[in-house]
Amino acid sequence: MANGTVITDYLLVFMLAAFLGFQLIKRVSPLLHSPLMSLTNAIAAVAIVGAITVTGEAGATPLARILGFVAVTAATINLVSGFLITDRMLKMFKRKGH
Amino acid sequence: MIVQLAYVVASGLFVLALMWMSHPSTARRGVRCGEIGMLLAIIGTLVRHEVVSYELILIAMVVGAAVGAPMAFLMPMTAIPQRTAISHAFGALAVGLIGTAEYYKHAATAGSGSFVMYALMFEMLLGFLTCTASVIAFAKLQEMMTGRPIMFPGQQILNVLVFGGAIVCAGLLIASPETTQVFPIFVALALLFGVLLVIPIGGADMPTVIALLNSYAGLAASAMGFALGNKLLIVAGALDGASGLILAIVMCRAMNRSFTNVLFGGFGQLAATAAGGKGEDRVVRHLSPEEAAMTLENASSVVIVPGYGMAVAQAQHKVSELYQALTKREIDVKFAIHPVAGRMPGHMNVLLAEANVPYEQLVELEDINPELPQTDVALIIGANDTVNPSARDDPQSAIAGMPIIEADKARTVMVMKRSLHAGFAGIDNPIYYNENTQMLFGDAKEFTASMVKELSGGGGH
Repeated sequence: MANGTVITDYLLVFMLAAFLGFQLIKRVSPLLHSPLMSLTNAIAAVAIVGAITVTGEAGATPLARILGFVAVTAATINLVSGFLITDRMLKMFKRKGH
Repeated sequence: MIVQLAYVVASGLFVLALMWMSHPSTARRGVRCGEIGMLLAIIGTLVRHEVVSYELILIAMVVGAAVGAPMAFLMPMTAIPQRTAISHAFGALAVGLIGTAEYYKHAATAGSGSFVMYALMFEMLLGFLTCTASVIAFAKLQEMMTGRPIMFPGQQILNVLVFGGAIVCAGLLIASPETTQVFPIFVALALLFGVLLVIPIGGADMPTVIALLNSYAGLAASAMGFALGNKLLIVAGALDGASGLILAIVMCRAMNRSFTNVLFGGFGQLAATAAGGKGEDRVVRHLSPEEAAMTLENASSVVIVPGYGMAVAQAQHKVSELYQALTKREIDVKFAIHPVAGRMPGHMNVLLAEANVPYEQLVELEDINPELPQTDVALIIGANDTVNPSARDDPQSAIAGMPIIEADKARTVMVMKRSLHAGFAGIDNPIYYNENTQMLFGDAKEFTASMVKELSGGGGH
């Protein structure tokens, strides 16, 4: 399925995203390094997309369904708790006099 | 088409989320953005025509949300490092399991040396090793096992053998995907390597390790994107990978150490043996809470240097009260935050923010050091190695070259500590014996509380 052009296509996407990531993260204040980590962790839980496909595909084997089920659960835990706790942390950062 | 469009928009929203994360005033908007992106990605995937059965997916999502939401609301802020470690384990586990399902799907049909197999092997190697490594990191942070490095003879060789074994198995599986009997061995070796990787790492190196595991988890997700041909995954994984890597680099720089040194150095143990020789009796000066409160009262500028000890003693709220009491007397109070103070990047900032210290008062290492020589009192609470002057003055020291907060340059230095025991690194700290240093012996929470009491009227003036 994957020929040469597709592979270089993916690599290009990866490279550009990684460069962009480096530039963006460098600008994040060290003040927010903890919430940053929980936010990126929540974002990486987008792996749930793959887990959903594996679990719900027509013709998925029982093994695939079980593995997919666990993966969807784990990813959901991460994305729900990740986003919520990031917001909870950020809410605490207040300016003087607030 | 609609699915692809949803993925494109979601990728854009994730990038915006990170962009807005740069400053506290926009960061919450960033979280909203990330949430919308995630929602789009999930809905987009659910409507894909390949996805035909929904029961299991919905049950799993309900279970996940039922576990995740209470976790987010009930978790005390002091447990943030543990939560982060365990969430890396969950993320990596998901990635590893999806890889496993995909492998069995393609095992019979994939040709020798196919691209999908390369991507899957990379994904599973990183996913499974990150999973067990994060569980060990969690156990260490939760103090379910010793935070000290665990080392044994031949450890390096064993590590190399296990990792080499995993690579060989991966190679075999890429060359002939149909040899499914090799697959469990591959998974077992990857899982084992994760354990071996983290057991020799001590508590003080946890910030670096957590950041590095964050990066691995991201890269594994990205590799999954390559295997599934999903660009959204590639982008999200790359962003996460880049973030973790940058944080790990920041942490390493803040300790003047290299990755190899953190991962294979066995820091704590090495230094502990080196520190044994110093036996001479040196005098230390110490103050009672009343005397310490009086010194603070007469200062016009105070810099508080918090460390992991403050988190252990749960003293952050009392420290915040101290900040309020001193500010009320128009004393300028700032907090000096070392990048590796605590157990994860930004640990001290979160604790102090929770205790209502305004974030403008939390100052980074480079910005506070020029101010310290003009500071009346530097109050060190539960920090040790991050203020150890031998990192600057003694080229023989185990932490030589590590950037420190130069608290010793303040006019008066007060060190709040239980006893004279060496810090995590086991390195003797000359700051205790300086002439301008006063020790405040006691539990950080109780001692600070007594000082606050003195300052808020009990002092009789």
